[in-house]
Amino acid sequence: MSTARTWAVALSGLDGALVEVEADLSNQRPEFRIIGLPDKALAEAVQRVHNASANCGLVLPRRRLTVNLSPASLPKHGSAFDVAIAIAALATEGAMDSDSIAQTVHIGELGLDGRLRPVPGVLPAVMAAAREGIGRVVVPHANTAEASLVEGIEVVGAVSLADVARWHGAEVEDRHLDPVPAPVSADDASRAPELAEVIGQRDAVDALITAAAGGHHMMMSGPPGAGKTMLATRLPGILPPLDDAAALEVAAIRSLAGDSVSALSRRPPLEAPHHSASIAALVGGGSRVVRPGAIARATHGVLFLDEVGEFAPSVLDALRQPLESGAITIHRAGVAASFPASFQLILATNPCPCGNYGVRGASCACPPIAIRRYLGRLSGPLLDRVDIELGLARVSVAQTAAFAADAVTTDAAAARVAEARGRASHRLRDTPWQLNARVSGPWLRDGPLALAPVVRRPLDAALHRGSLTLRGYDRVLRVAWTLGDLAGRASPTVHDIGRALFMKKGITT
Amino acid sequence: MAAKDVLGRAGEDRAARYLEERGYVVLDRNWRIREGELDLVVARPGELVVVEVKTRRGDGFGHPFEAIDDRKQRRLWRLAVAWIAAHPDQAQGRRLRLDAVAIIGPDPAIAVVEHIEDLR
Repeated sequence: MSTARTWAVALSGLDGALVEVEADLSNQRPEFRIIGLPDKALAEAVQRVHNASANCGLVLPRRRLTVNLSPASLPKHGSAFDVAIAIAALATEGAMDSDSIAQTVHIGELGLDGRLRPVPGVLPAVMAAAREGIGRVVVPHANTAEASLVEGIEVVGAVSLADVARWHGAEVEDRHLDPVPAPVSADDASRAPELAEVIGQRDAVDALITAAAGGHHMMMSGPPGAGKTMLATRLPGILPPLDDAAALEVAAIRSLAGDSVSALSRRPPLEAPHHSASIAALVGGGSRVVRPGAIARATHGVLFLDEVGEFAPSVLDALRQPLESGAITIHRAGVAASFPASFQLILATNPCPCGNYGVRGASCACPPIAIRRYLGRLSGPLLDRVDIELGLARVSVAQTAAFAADAVTTDAAAARVAEARGRASHRLRDTPWQLNARVSGPWLRDGPLALAPVVRRPLDAALHRGSLTLRGYDRVLRVAWTLGDLAGRASPTVHDIGRALFMKKGITT
Repeated sequence: MAAKDVLGRAGEDRAARYLEERGYVVLDRNWRIREGELDLVVARPGELVVVEVKTRRGDGFGHPFEAIDDRKQRRLWRLAVAWIAAHPDQAQGRRLRLDAVAIIGPDPAIAVVEHIEDLR
């Protein structure tokens, strides 16, 4: 037999496409070429396949081998095609079960010694293979746990190329090789930080729980040391655990970013990029291989922008489109990659460059123009999407003593959030939305559950006075609904409206 | 004669025998001009074949066919055309082709023979 075929997966963002790897042996001088838009790393597969085969005791045919990656017009990157290329090439002459090879997806990079090295993006690749109805996938031993997270596909973890060939029926001697270990990644299995560690700041904790319950974007403003970062890092702990689909998506993005994934984490991710981040770092980018940025890694979780006033305005404005659509599409020459980006945005800022503006007992040294310029950077469209604005003060000595006893624990807060979310999704069951923060304004104002004029009165007054825009009006309504859900009421009261109004106008500039 | 030339000579003998068994007639051997040398020129009805013979004791230094690179192949074509110019009556009515024969083994007389027809 002089041709053989097998499968591999080409990734573009989180989308995987099956690639048919076809090898043809023609009776010509020995030569080995790969066609079908390979990049540099992929074209170098020739050398890796040569040496890996030789060191595994497998004999590559000594004739002209042409390996075609089809569809030939789809650009292919990286070293994850090595195993598929090697197996197709060896199968042109060697005794392997061609049916078994033609029904298997092979993913993995080859070392010169013939061992299979782990590659990034195994999880989305295996997901794509399962979706296309492929029954079996061969992955590097170090990626076995990750690939096994996908249901409905048989996963074979292989240590070396000889293992793969033997598995397809070739007769190769078994030399014991140690598997290449998975890269060590930061372990996030530790418990989430405890909410009860936040001393005082009762209003802030309540606001955080409200934000978690309704999925509201939040902005915190306060002097250094008030606990903004502490609060933000406790948000993932009180959000409901991720469901299967969301956890798989989060894991797929982590895999694509090069982290090793061995188990599904149910905890929503927290991404806190530094304020020097570029647009590409935040939304994702790269020249040929598009990598996920911070907002994609924060999907189904929290994006925390500390010192938001220090971010470049262009970077902040890049958030507007994903905030609206819940996804980001990145275009580069020849590729467009899509990533999910439905995150909860938490912004934190000082009230002014020196941080002391409006703080009792401290004096602000900033000229008024500097204060205006500082917060002016995040005016407009971005702030329009923030539902809760929270002013934080430093904790006084009296508060530390008084409130330490009845601090809200993470577990208690998570229970309240889960209950409120259950109430909201039950109420919104006939609508396309699940969270209060996503509900459309017209539905809130004039839908079947529109509030009675008596309840709405403080809000209407604020609108007439001109201190609230119509968009702001909708935002206050959403937060009021969440407050009602948290309190276990069927619909918000005047009291809830008042509190929501306070939360929207919480920061005085 | 150096050892490698003895081996090469023996390999060419073996290749010639191999081709004769397959119905070819040897027209010329070791035809040499200033630009180089043709190992074998053989023919069947309608076919004129220039054969490059490579002999190796083993494949420790790579497969013999790997020694035929693009430059060598272009030179063989030039020599083949020169051979036709020198023997117009024998080349008449035959289509030119380039083949390679590899002899791999310590004793060329009984070694493995590999044959690539129509090098491209």
